[in-house]
Amino acid sequence: FPGLADVSIPQDIPVEGEITVPVGSHSPDEDYSTLDEPVKDTIMRDLKAVGKKFVHVMYPRKSSALLRDWDLWGPLVLCVSLALMLQGGSADSKDDGGPQFAEVFVIIWFGAVVITLNSKLLGGTISFFQSLCVLGYCVMPLTVAMLVCRLVLLAGAGTVSFIIRLIVVGAMFGWSTLASTAFLADSQPPNRKALVVYPIFLFYFVISWMILTFTPQ
Amino acid sequence: MATADDLKFQEFDDAANLLAANPDATTISIDEPVEIPKNQHSRLQEPGREEDDELLGTDDSDKTELLAGQKKSAPFWTFEYYQTFFDVDTYQVLDRIKGSVFPVPGKNFVRLYIRSNPDLYGPFWICATLVFTIAVSGNLSNFFIHLGKPTYHYVPEFRKVSIAATTIYAYAWLVPLALWGFLMWRNSKVMNIVSYSFLEIVCVYGYSLFIYIPTAVLWIIPQKVVRWVLVVFSLCLSGSVLVMTFWPAVRDDNRRIAVATVATILLLHALLAVGCLAYFFDAPELDIPAPIIPVHNSTNKV
Repeated sequence: FPGLADVSIPQDIPVEGEITVPVGSHSPDEDYSTLDEPVKDTIMRDLKAVGKKFVHVMYPRKSSALLRDWDLWGPLVLCVSLALMLQGGSADSKDDGGPQFAEVFVIIWFGAVVITLNSKLLGGTISFFQSLCVLGYCVMPLTVAMLVCRLVLLAGAGTVSFIIRLIVVGAMFGWSTLASTAFLADSQPPNRKALVVYPIFLFYFVISWMILTFTPQ
Repeated sequence: MATADDLKFQEFDDAANLLAANPDATTISIDEPVEIPKNQHSRLQEPGREEDDELLGTDDSDKTELLAGQKKSAPFWTFEYYQTFFDVDTYQVLDRIKGSVFPVPGKNFVRLYIRSNPDLYGPFWICATLVFTIAVSGNLSNFFIHLGKPTYHYVPEFRKVSIAATTIYAYAWLVPLALWGFLMWRNSKVMNIVSYSFLEIVCVYGYSLFIYIPTAVLWIIPQKVVRWVLVVFSLCLSGSVLVMTFWPAVRDDNRRIAVATVATILLLHALLAVGCLAYFFDAPELDIPAPIIPVHNSTNKV
């Protein structure tokens, strides 16, 4: 091969350079660098993420931020606060009262798991924890409804208060269902959307029923 | 004319018409183990075995038994195995629900709607809906019945949800298990019985419970007569679906056993309805002034 003789590198030119690749300032693997930051920064970062998701639920738009960076802090806080607010209702000796703390907890988490399994079995493409995250965050309108109901019940427990509670709970139930459907519907096969939405409807209906039938002792 | 027609494949209607037109002609009818011609048969016309076999597709059911093992070829510890039980579209689920509510005489629910694609979506969610419907309607009905009484304090009665759930899920899963075991046992003794797989029986039972959902909502009406009419009506509808499904499976057996089996199926179904009505819905009382003793769950009389 005639032209190749020009390609050879002479042995006496030193080859130099850097072996390590310069790390960018926004590397995703920051485990070792966040150890040194103040605890306040760490907590604030997580709190901001949770708060951003709450805003997403309040104004449901199709955004992938809620789905991509899932976390279960929000659902846990909502579930615990809802279960705590549902306490104190008809806690007399005959145990035909309202749901206990454990019952609310189990219904919310077990219900969310079952719905997630259902949507995955029907062929959905969403991941398990993303779906749990969405269903948990969309309980927020109902928690707000519970708060409003308790405040209304402080004022009185007559027919007027019942009608107010009914309207508030109904509106929040619709909001929850619509918000979660907006986030979850895209990941389902098109001819099975109704099969996936119905259990979500049932889930929020049961939670709304528990809120509406809360009667303080 | 008759000889030319003899050589063609003949539907039963044609054979019946030809025989009616020409009673002395010899006919050759060849059994076709293929898809059932849907809108042409009526059970009352032809009581023969061949027609029932064709309607039920005995060969089909045997193949179904074999294919059931082959279709779900994923091992049972993988997720894909369970996905095969949810391989239904919305319209299929709605069709199956419709088929359970409007039973057509002569049509077998399993052969017509399930067709070797049993799903677990319908049974599971219909049972879940029924549990909550019964609990909620019972609560509402008791509230309206006792409204206005000075000794009455409304309680949400949340305990009853877990009781309802246990009862209904036990009925929807244990009774099909027992029935399937029983049919397998009889199948080993008497050959040529149409047999269903366990999932198909669960499917039939699950979809047959759908009629109780609107019934439970209507049970809120505090009139005894209305409630019992509803019980009888829904029992007729869903009971007929069950009977038409299981009668061909036991018909070849000893007459007494067949009748006893179908009677037991109906009895259990009725027991579920009546039991739910008695336990979750208080009796609509007449206008008697409330006694001094506060009223507990008076569910003994319906």
